[in-house]
Amino acid sequence: MSATVMAGQRTTRNRARRRLSRAGLHIFLSVLAFIFAWPMLYAVYMSLRPYGEIVINPNGPFSLPSTLNLDNYTTVWNGYPFLGYYWNTAVITIPAVILTLWISSMLAFAISKYSWRLNLLVLMLFTAGNLLPPQVIIVPLYRLYNLTFAGLPAIPLFAQLSDNGRVYDQFVGLILIHTTFQTGFCTFVLSNYMKTLSKELVEAAMIDGAGVLAVYRRIILPLCTPALAALATLLFTWIYNDFFWALMLFKTGDKRPITAALNNLSGQFFTDPTQVAAASVMAAIPTIVVFLALQRYFVSGLTLGSAKG
Amino acid sequence: MSQLEPEALTPAPAAVVGAGVSKPRKRRRYSLLTRRDKLVLALMVGIPLAIFLALIWGMALVSVGLAFTNWDGVQPIKFVGLDNFTQLFTTYPFFWPALAHNVLWLLVFVGFATPMGILLAVCLDRQMRGSRIYQTIFFTPVVLSLALVGFIWELQYAPLAANGFIDSALVNMHLVGAADAPDWLGDSSTVFGLPFPISQNILAAILAACWRHIGYIMVLYLAGLKSVDPSLREAAAIDGANERQTFFHVVFPVMAPINVVIVVVTVIEALRAFDIVYIINKGKFGLELLSTLITNNSISEASLLGFGSAIAVVLLTISLVPIGIYLTRVMRSED
Repeated sequence: MSATVMAGQRTTRNRARRRLSRAGLHIFLSVLAFIFAWPMLYAVYMSLRPYGEIVINPNGPFSLPSTLNLDNYTTVWNGYPFLGYYWNTAVITIPAVILTLWISSMLAFAISKYSWRLNLLVLMLFTAGNLLPPQVIIVPLYRLYNLTFAGLPAIPLFAQLSDNGRVYDQFVGLILIHTTFQTGFCTFVLSNYMKTLSKELVEAAMIDGAGVLAVYRRIILPLCTPALAALATLLFTWIYNDFFWALMLFKTGDKRPITAALNNLSGQFFTDPTQVAAASVMAAIPTIVVFLALQRYFVSGLTLGSAKG
Repeated sequence: MSQLEPEALTPAPAAVVGAGVSKPRKRRRYSLLTRRDKLVLALMVGIPLAIFLALIWGMALVSVGLAFTNWDGVQPIKFVGLDNFTQLFTTYPFFWPALAHNVLWLLVFVGFATPMGILLAVCLDRQMRGSRIYQTIFFTPVVLSLALVGFIWELQYAPLAANGFIDSALVNMHLVGAADAPDWLGDSSTVFGLPFPISQNILAAILAACWRHIGYIMVLYLAGLKSVDPSLREAAAIDGANERQTFFHVVFPVMAPINVVIVVVTVIEALRAFDIVYIINKGKFGLELLSTLITNNSISEASLLGFGSAIAVVLLTISLVPIGIYLTRVMRSED
């Protein structure tokens, strides 16, 4: 009898202890979540406050508002070509994402489904290149982008894509470097993904007389849709967020995508932090919307890359 | 591309892909590939590979070459041997501080941000209410660009006169006098009176970077934890291990592949650091990093292509360490 009572006491005590530790965990996590959310919440808060109201307040920004409105947003939107910046971002990001997925899926297909000499070396060159800090290659790349040589205009469509005879300060130049750099990561992820697909599918199709292109298009690509969707989400965010390439490889302020344009504006034109806050929120909205809507894809894209490494 | 030997093209089982490189083929398999197929495959690999080699590895090699010249972009290129490096290591005043800042960045990531991300992942891995909400909050900074992280944190760090939140809060709560309110991003004086050149403002910048890095690591680790075989934990629990013991002696060791990824990601992110300090003050006055020294010397402010390339070579050499670790890891998992 006493044994069962003791056992009962022990389980209730354990349960109580577990509940207590769970409550402690919740407190720890909520405090941390607040600290994490704070800088973003504060940016939104600042963007809604009229600057004049902060200036005359003796407590400065550490105060409750008397009014909140969207004036900072209208000022920033009307004062600067924001629609143009979004457009620039789209003109760079969308082609770069599509090209990267197209090229890297073909590469991954050729690497993972067929065996040839040195294919592991090729995969390693791509993977390792993607890990290089971009600053390592920027000096010669910058010079290369500024070259004007006779061969360039001979490239089909070059005249339509570049209005200064160079790739520097051109959308096509930015698309080129983004596509090249991201191809490394995507090839690695996709080739790992394709290795998990049954090889009988490929062999059966080829025995039936399908060519390599048909196998790629009709069998492999449809099976890779989940991985491609995940990577598309990830690539969109990364290329949208790029600051370094746009800063280095663009000169004309009006051509800059939104992240780099913001740096230009905050340095020269914005007069107060509430405008910076409003512009920052506007720049952040597309990625946050994509993330919240496609969170599952986003996270699975990241983890695809690390699951096997 | 010499590596594309068409004869070697045969459909292969996935497992052989890696091994096929060195293993001599004893039996010639009947190839299903037509000549046209081989050509298509060669183009599929050859064109992107050529562009990638030219733009990434080619440029890295040109950087190495330029590091031994004094090219300024105008005069003819002149070979100067190790002059750039000598100057870099001895007379150039910003090299050692920049290197120290990169090392500090790495140390704070390794010692604080990455363990913090792992801790959060372990906490959120249990079945508990609100786990998804916590995850979303911790992860949201990761989808913001580092440049935006810079802007968002400038609102916190700005000096009192510029309505920075932290200073305003400290002064209004009477924790510091208005005259003593710190200039978080402007004060480049050495922290804690250290002889080592670590400035106060670089710590503020690193903290902002941690805000983003923690969530990144959390998500990567959480995915790893989800893939751990639950029976391992059950076995540990039956053997009487508590949660901490289970994590350190059972879960952590089987997570070895993810642990490598996380170490590599952490090191690479620390070496790539650029955007936040550039947003704050273009990487000067205590915020020097190797990356900003390269662009400031060779592109943005001066045209010392040879000298900037020498700094790039230092950064490249350091980067090859984590990249090498990663590749060995990939190689091993291919075998």
